[in-house]
Order: sequence, then structure tokens, then C-alpha cells
Amino acid sequence: MTEQFKLVVVSAGTSDPSSTRLLAERAAQRVAQLASEKQYQAGIQVVELRELASEIANALVSNHIGPKLQQAITTLQHADGIVASTPVYKAGASGLFTSFFQILDNDLLIAKPVVLAATAGTARHALVVDDQMRGLFAYLRTVVVPTSLFASTEDWQDNALNKRIDRAALELVALMASGFEKQVRAESWGRYQHEFGSAGGTELSIDLDSDLMRLAAGGHA
Amino acid sequence: MQFGVFSVSDITRDPVSGETPSEAERIDAIVQIAEKAEEVGLDVFAIGEHHNPPFFSSAPTTLLAHIAARTKRLIVSTATTLITTNDPVRIAEEYAMLQHLAKGRMDLMLGRGNTAPVYPWFGADIRQSLPLALENYNLLHRLWREDVIDWEGKFRTPLQGFTSTPRPLDDVPPFVWHGSIRTPEIAEQAAYYGDGFFANNIFWPKEHYMRLIKFYRQRYAHYGHGTEKQAIVGLGGQAYIAKRSQDAINEFRPYFNEAPVYGHGPKMEDFMEMTPLSVGSPQEVIDKTLTFREHFGDYQRQMFLMDHAGLPLKTVLNQLDLLGEEVVPVLRKEIEARQDPETAKPPTHARRVEEKYGDQPARQPRPNANRGDNVTGGSPYQDSR
Repeated sequence: MTEQFKLVVVSAGTSDPSSTRLLAERAAQRVAQLASEKQYQAGIQVVELRELASEIANALVSNHIGPKLQQAITTLQHADGIVASTPVYKAGASGLFTSFFQILDNDLLIAKPVVLAATAGTARHALVVDDQMRGLFAYLRTVVVPTSLFASTEDWQDNALNKRIDRAALELVALMASGFEKQVRAESWGRYQHEFGSAGGTELSIDLDSDLMRLAAGGHA
Repeated sequence: MQFGVFSVSDITRDPVSGETPSEAERIDAIVQIAEKAEEVGLDVFAIGEHHNPPFFSSAPTTLLAHIAARTKRLIVSTATTLITTNDPVRIAEEYAMLQHLAKGRMDLMLGRGNTAPVYPWFGADIRQSLPLALENYNLLHRLWREDVIDWEGKFRTPLQGFTSTPRPLDDVPPFVWHGSIRTPEIAEQAAYYGDGFFANNIFWPKEHYMRLIKFYRQRYAHYGHGTEKQAIVGLGGQAYIAKRSQDAINEFRPYFNEAPVYGHGPKMEDFMEMTPLSVGSPQEVIDKTLTFREHFGDYQRQMFLMDHAGLPLKTVLNQLDLLGEEVVPVLRKEIEARQDPETAKPPTHARRVEEKYGDQPARQPRPNANRGDNVTGGSPYQDSR
């Protein structure tokens, strides 16, 4: 029996092809390869944020989730693992990248394993992933693998990048194979903060036994 | 089925003419809009409540009493009355007074308000918004049903031997709708008391409202008020109508593009696709509105937002003509033909009086004489139980 992993690449690269997407895809392909060596299979889906740019902006200002954005949210909701990759602009992740993750429901990605990746024109941006991006993914209650990926211009000709990709890929496979997300969601989902209709529209449980529900039914909180 | 218009009371610059109406002009306009609603055969006019510019409606019962005096059949209502920052005692008094003056042609819709700075102006805290709303309504519900109450809660000064005056008309409390877009506790409270539930249905895709309305219907049945189909549901909607579809689109687009809340955001076509907004010919508005009952079940009240985003008065009055003459009569006929026979009739004062008293005369409370201490005591009315 081979387990099928759904691996989702989220790229905020803007050119086609972009080095940002290239980095993410190399990591994703390495994940798929390592997975198959361990009797798993991994299917890769790519979410190109460039194509969602106007819908992301609309969602930020009006709460209105467009059809392509909704599809991306559904894709992430079913992901077993995520590779999230962004270019570095002005010493930070691209605004397109952070905007996208800011729109998501707080509980959409709980316990999902994530590889973080960034590209830049200079090695001086190397700590953007660990210093800035990890905080966002911690807020979203994801599990970010220990090895972050960063590639500036000179890294593309350095074999050390491949080694880091190998490390990050294996870390992701190990987390996916451990069933961490499934266990957390199965046993502890209720302990996280949810709203009615959150988790991409799937969180519909209602606790009738809460203080507020008793107050709603004429009682005292 | 009742049809009506609701206004948020925004004073918005007309993006086409560049003019911003004065408060005086907009307040005059809203009275004309309400009168027009009755003239074209609509059933309900509702106004919002806000306590900051660019809105004018801080005192809804004053406006609604004026409108009620100038109309004959129209039901006046709110969208919404703030159950958080208003003292429930004042809501009980003001709306009971309105109910008397309007001879029962009124109801109200409760909402929490989502503007954080408004809360502290009235000594409240938005972080407590939900428990505040729930507790306040529990009190309001009693104030209209018990002549004398003793009450103590978490948020308001306790009440000892308090009587809210005047008692509701015919001793039948005003009908209450609870408005919410994603709060199960509000739906639960509406269901517990057998009140109405209203989904504004304007901004978000319908799936959000479908879930909450379904929950409300289930709980309404659970508390024994009737079947799920008999629960009392109201929906908002938004339309711009012209004889020719393309004219509607061309005329409304500049207002859409600069509308507060969703302006400068999604394309109008996308918004129409994903929300209940209809911009088009009367037939297109009819077709889209007819889909609502398929999604939400048969319901009692359909409200339209028509006077917002800086649309000039003349245009709004023209819209009301089209709505009243070409859209609503068809909707009434089509919905009547399709409606499940189990569906509850929409709430009116006359119907509620009949439900309570049948053929018997309604209670008319007459106070006992003032004992000289300005306090009415344990049995303030001649027939007090």
C-alpha cells in the first residue's frame, strides 16, 4: 500500500520562469523523489500567486474571495505538505506572499508541515526566511522544517544549495510520514481557536455546551 | 412574503456629480424614500443605526415615528438596532413607544455593531460584544413581557421592581429579528425565543449564510416553536434595475466602483457572480431573487439595499418605481406559486395579537394611581397579576 501525499508549492515569483518557483520546484521534486524511495507517492500542485494578485488585493480590502483564490485555498486545505517560496524585496518577503497568507483563515493550515524558501539578489538577505517568515507560519500553527532554503545569485552555482534542499526535503517527508498533522487535527482540533465557517469554510462544529450558548438560551454565562 | 428596502443611512459623495449631500438633504431624502416605498406597494422600510459620520441615523425611533405618521400601511423597522451599546431599558421604552405611535406597524432588528471605537463612547468594550448582546437581549425580552422585573447581570446596573413603560401595544411585544452573518450564538438566541433571524446577504458568498440559517432553523424546531420550515427568516439583497440590462450595468458601475466597503475592490461582474447583487433588467433581478429561496428555504421577508453609495435621490426614487412596479409584483406571484404550504406567514402586529388572544380582547394595561412616591410598586397596573 503506498500512501499518496499531496504536496503544494506556493510561489510568489513574478517572472516566468522565476528563480523563486525554480527553487520551490526543486525542493518539491526532491520531496517527491525521497518519498517514492520510502514507498510513498507525492503529487505536486503549484499555486502561482502572480495569477491571484488582483483577487488577493480584493480580498484584503473587501473580504471578497474570488474564484481562483478560493481554489487555491481549497488546494492548501487538502495539502499534506507545503513548499512556500518568495522573492525578497526591500529586505522582506514579497508583499504578495505575505498578503496571501494573511488572508487565509487562522486555522486553515494547522499542523501542516512546511518548507520555507526565498530568493534574493544578494546573500545579505539570507536571514529573511528565519527571522521574518517563520513568525508568520508560527502564527498559522504550521510546522516549519528546521532547514530553510535561501538562494541568492551565487548560490545557484554552489552545490551546497542542493545539500540544503536535500535536508529540507527529507525533513518534510519525515514530518508528512509521521502523521503529525492527522494526529493533531484528530485529537486536538477543538483546542485551537476557530470561528464558525473558518478553516476554508469547513469548520462548522458548534459547541452547544459553552457559557455563551447558555447565555443565548436565556441563562447566565 | 414581505418586501422592503433597508438603508444604512450613509451620506456618500455621488461619484458621478461629485456632490456630497448635506445631512439635512439626506434626512429629507430618506423620508421621501420611505414614503415612496409605501407608494409603490412595498411592505417594509428599515433604517440602520450609527453614531459617527458619514451616517445620519443615530436616533432611529424618532425617524421611524415620523415616517409611520406619514404612511398608512408601511411597516417601519431597523437594520440594525445596536443591542450592545444601547441600554436595553431604553430600547424597551423607545420601541414600545414607537409601536404605540405606529399602531403596531413596526418591528426591529438587533445587531452588535462592528466599529470598535463606538463601544467606549457608550461605556462598552467590543471585546465583550457577544456576551453583552446576549445578556442585553435576555433583559429586553423580559422587559416587554413582565410588568415588574428584578434583574441582575454582568454588564448593567441591577434593576429592582422596574416597570418599562409604556407596556407594548396590546401587551404584544414588538417582533424582533436577530441579524448575524457568522455567529451561531446569535442564531441560537433567535431560535430559543422563537424570534426571526436575518442574514444581510450583501457581502459574502451565500454559503456563509446558508450554514447559519440552517442551524437557526434546526434550533427553532428544537425549542418547539414549529418545524424548521416554519422558522422566520429574512434576507437582504442588493439590486440596481434598468429596463435594459446594459443600461443598468453602465449606470451602476461608477457607484459600485466607489462604494464604501467593497469599492475599489472586486470587479462588479465578479461581485454579481459571487454575491446576491443583481444589476440588470427587471427580469434578471427577478430571476436572481427567486434563487434565494432555493438556497435558504422559503422565507418571510426580502429587503433590498437601494439608496447607498451616493446614488442621488432622483435615481433612488426611480429605482423604487421599477422595484415596486416591475419586480416585486412578479416575485409575489412566483413565490406564492412555489412556496411550501408549511411556510409561516410573515410577522405582523395583527397576526401576533390574534395568536395571543384569538377572539378575546387584547389586554390594555391601566396604571394604578400614583401613591405619591413616584414608585409604582409590585403591581403597577389595575389588572396586575
